[in-house]
Amino acid sequence: MMDFRFNIIVEYAPFFLKGVLWTIGLSLVGIFFGTILGLAIGLGKMVQNRLIRLPFDWYVHFFRGTPLFVQILLIHFGVMPIFTAQPNPLVSGAISLSLNAAAYIAEIFRAGIQSIDRGQMEAARSLGMTHVQAMRYIILPQAIKRMIPPLGNEFIVLIKDSSLAAIIAAPELMYWGRAMQGQYYRVWEPYLTVALIYLVLTLSLSKLLHRLERRYDA
Amino acid sequence: MIQVTNLKKSFGSLQVLKGIDVHIHEKEVVVVIGPSGSGKSTFLRCLNLLEDFDEGDIVVDGFHLKDPKTDLNKVREEVGMVFQRFNLFPHMTVLNNITLAPMKVRKWSKEKATEKAMQLLAKVGLQDKAHVYPDSLSGGQAQRVAIARALAMEPKVMLFDEPTSALDPEMVGEVLAVMKQLAKEGMTMVVVTHEMGFAREVGDRVLFMDGGVIVEEGTPQQIFDAPQHERTKSFLSKVL
Ligand SMILES: Nc1ncnc2c1ncn2[C@@H]1O[C@H](COP(=O)(O)OP(=O)(O)OP(=O)(O)O)[C@@H](O)[C@H]1O
Ligand SMILES: [Mg+2]
Repeated sequence: MMDFRFNIIVEYAPFFLKGVLWTIGLSLVGIFFGTILGLAIGLGKMVQNRLIRLPFDWYVHFFRGTPLFVQILLIHFGVMPIFTAQPNPLVSGAISLSLNAAAYIAEIFRAGIQSIDRGQMEAARSLGMTHVQAMRYIILPQAIKRMIPPLGNEFIVLIKDSSLAAIIAAPELMYWGRAMQGQYYRVWEPYLTVALIYLVLTLSLSKLLHRLERRYDA
Repeated sequence: MIQVTNLKKSFGSLQVLKGIDVHIHEKEVVVVIGPSGSGKSTFLRCLNLLEDFDEGDIVVDGFHLKDPKTDLNKVREEVGMVFQRFNLFPHMTVLNNITLAPMKVRKWSKEKATEKAMQLLAKVGLQDKAHVYPDSLSGGQAQRVAIARALAMEPKVMLFDEPTSALDPEMVGEVLAVMKQLAKEGMTMVVVTHEMGFAREVGDRVLFMDGGVIVEEGTPQQIFDAPQHERTKSFLSKVL
């Protein structure tokens, strides 16, 4: 710590820049597909029929109940080779993050909808609205507002979790931190730098979400 | 208008309705009274199928509710419902609460729906509240808006489930006044209530329910002044 070497950080700056772009890319892909898939799975979990609900329940059990670390390894070295001889670690990482986030988002979605008082659906139906109309005009607008804070939380987790893709050599931020550590046998310079960059990313996102929440409240 | 035959309904192993027979005529005001847990709400909610029933038949305005060909949404268009806890839509203004269903379900134009809504708000004495959100209303105002919202669909029947039970005492009168006016205009109404004064004054017929059956029915005079059954007498002695 006495001889903190700024010069090697400067030397690695272009790699960190590339890495952070991939980190942002992975996170955005994870947020996008995780949300779409999460909505679908959340809907699946709310179906009355238990048999139809079962696979959705187990999807969520599996992805919430096992480490993302293990999921990434399984997907990159187990699942992806079925489709392609040379799996791209960035693609494997993006898929793992999306599938994992979808499980959490499905729960957020379901909890948001079920938190709306039953009387709202009953009032809507008693006015002759179909189930779909009641969902669209009455339930979802109220549920989405309640879903914003936990969704924001999940997106922040996703940015941090994308660092696990380093383990399959996806060239995101953490990967370059480890590369630098390996080259110079230094600890503080690479990992503090990486930590700081993650902090900037997550703080920016939570600022953004706060603004969105306030806008929704007004 | 509504014909109920041998209506039975259980929640799990608990039989809540044990065979209800009643015929509600057009323009009639039927008041349902009875102790807590006797099945009054369940009965009312079966009439617009918010609650599915197990046995028997209900015919509303010619629609057999158990007939798979019956479009329940069509039935519900004709049957307005007012809830104990108002159930206004909190994310919409009072005006939008009222115009939503006529526009989306009846496919009215915005102008037509708005005109109707303003008429109804005038009728319940709340024109000035059109553009506020429900959370700024008092309980009595909220319930009057809820009544206006149901009326906007121009239903043939109105169901009320203890519409004044969640209100502070000083607000009960304003809601009952709106309901009285509605009765006077010839609306067919089924009202579950603990307001015996209202039952006596406005009701054409009173049903006393206990333990999932209609124990006794008759005109308000018959029920209140000369109850025949022991259970009716003991219930009335507690509430009057
Ligand atoms: N969704 C439900 N699931 C299980 N049991 C229910 C349900 N709804 C009502 N019950 C039970 O059915 C019985 C009748 O309930 P209901 O609400 O119809 O009574 P009520 O006459 O309206 O009473 P109150 O005056 O308290 O409103 C009660 O024992 C109640 O606990
Ligand atoms: Mg009740």
